[in-house]
Amino acid sequence: MPKVVGLRCRECGTEYPLQATHVCEMCFGPLDAVYDLDALKKTVSRKRIEDGPKSMWRYRDLLPIEDSVNVVTLGEGFTPLVKADRLGAELGLRNLYLKNDSMNPTNSFKDRVVSVAISWARAHGFETIACASTGNLANAVATYAARAGLECFVFIPVDLEPAKVASISVFDPNVVAVRGNYDDVNRLCSQLIESTPWAFCNINIRPFYAEGSKTLTFETVEQLGWKLPDEIIIPIASGCQFVRHRQAVRELIEFGLVRGDRVPAFTGAQALGCAPVYNAFHSDTPDRVLPVKPDTIARSIAIGNPSDGVYVNRIARDTGGVVEAVTEDEIVDAMRLLARTEGIFTETAGGVTIGVLARLARAGRWNGDEVVVAYVTGHGLKTAEVLATANGHARRVEIEPTMKSFREQVNF
Amino acid sequence: MAQFRIPGPLRRLSEGEVTVDVEAEDLASAIDALDARYPGFRDRLLDEKGDLRQFVNVYLNDEDVRLGSGLQARVGAKDEISIVPAVAGGS
Repeated sequence: MPKVVGLRCRECGTEYPLQATHVCEMCFGPLDAVYDLDALKKTVSRKRIEDGPKSMWRYRDLLPIEDSVNVVTLGEGFTPLVKADRLGAELGLRNLYLKNDSMNPTNSFKDRVVSVAISWARAHGFETIACASTGNLANAVATYAARAGLECFVFIPVDLEPAKVASISVFDPNVVAVRGNYDDVNRLCSQLIESTPWAFCNINIRPFYAEGSKTLTFETVEQLGWKLPDEIIIPIASGCQFVRHRQAVRELIEFGLVRGDRVPAFTGAQALGCAPVYNAFHSDTPDRVLPVKPDTIARSIAIGNPSDGVYVNRIARDTGGVVEAVTEDEIVDAMRLLARTEGIFTETAGGVTIGVLARLARAGRWNGDEVVVAYVTGHGLKTAEVLATANGHARRVEIEPTMKSFREQVNF
Repeated sequence: MAQFRIPGPLRRLSEGEVTVDVEAEDLASAIDALDARYPGFRDRLLDEKGDLRQFVNVYLNDEDVRLGSGLQARVGAKDEISIVPAVAGGS
């Protein structure tokens, strides 16, 4: 018996057969994968998960890939959850944890969603994988397409950071550099799905792709000893993963994997230079997310027209979370703070997450005993150029190769 | 005449037509004209308050109308109006 039985519209409930489609014909709402929950409840257990592989595929029962499918994997997921005592001490948090998802095969969270998406696409006969991307997704798609031996088209904004372009191109995909920003790329690809036989990871096979996000929260809870944290800080781009993390907690409770039903507060992080969800959250109409033109160094989350924005606001509000945003300087400061205190080098999007964590902590959001988890979703080398240009490094000296020069220049 | 581009999920309404020409001065009247020719479009595109629905993006010559004048956006002859489902993306 298949465990995934179809697709259902999140808005109006209309049901569809399993296929590569992502919007409801009735209301244009998003479609979600529907599982045979009764059958799954008989199989899923902590032991079965703990006996599984040391990757996100230990949660395979809760992913939309049937048991018979040969998955496309590079060992993604099961990344470290580290207790952040030094960062916590700076912020007055005694139980702060960081889920370091920059430890994935392509150094970002995207490997989770892409491993699921490409496994699904290959099993359903697709020969070409595509995506619209601000870089991290394209990197993951090019990597996993190479691994799977599938044709690949990635669509990126023409001015993407050089490090990201290099780490995409090495896998030899077809790279289409679009003269526009991410929202332009996304619109073009949304129109292209009708005239190509391709699986666009984040568009027409989005209902399956999105499910991969859940594993980040499953792992966090397992690594906390099967306990739910009090609050989770998550970066917001389209809002897609935020929604899936809420769903992951729902499933953990429903399958009896955690005790109790106290849901964590879900808090979203944006850069002020691209903060459509934050703007709406703090307006009189949080259910209307108005698009903006992005202008931020946090390019990997710079989506001006976030499709899941209204869901983010509902979830944040319903769980007691907030949506907060930080300045460009706060992003860079937070990248340095995280590196200096915890030895973790994150990209600008991680700077947004840690920046929001720091801002909320300093504003007195927590009393200090809460278990707070921040999702660090990408590696710092992806956006290293922001550090080269931003306010230098105060502790650097340049010396002659002599003892004299060293003594004169270096204080120790 | 301005021209609508109809996305796959709505082509049942347009009897399979990918493009539909309309005579209109602004986006609101263009949607009225589209609905007059193929009834049902108005309900799919606009909510009960007459605003664009949350999951519908409309582009006037490739510009998101929400970034401009919205439904009041002026529509000229030869302008292209694309209707695109909003749900996509994820960096």
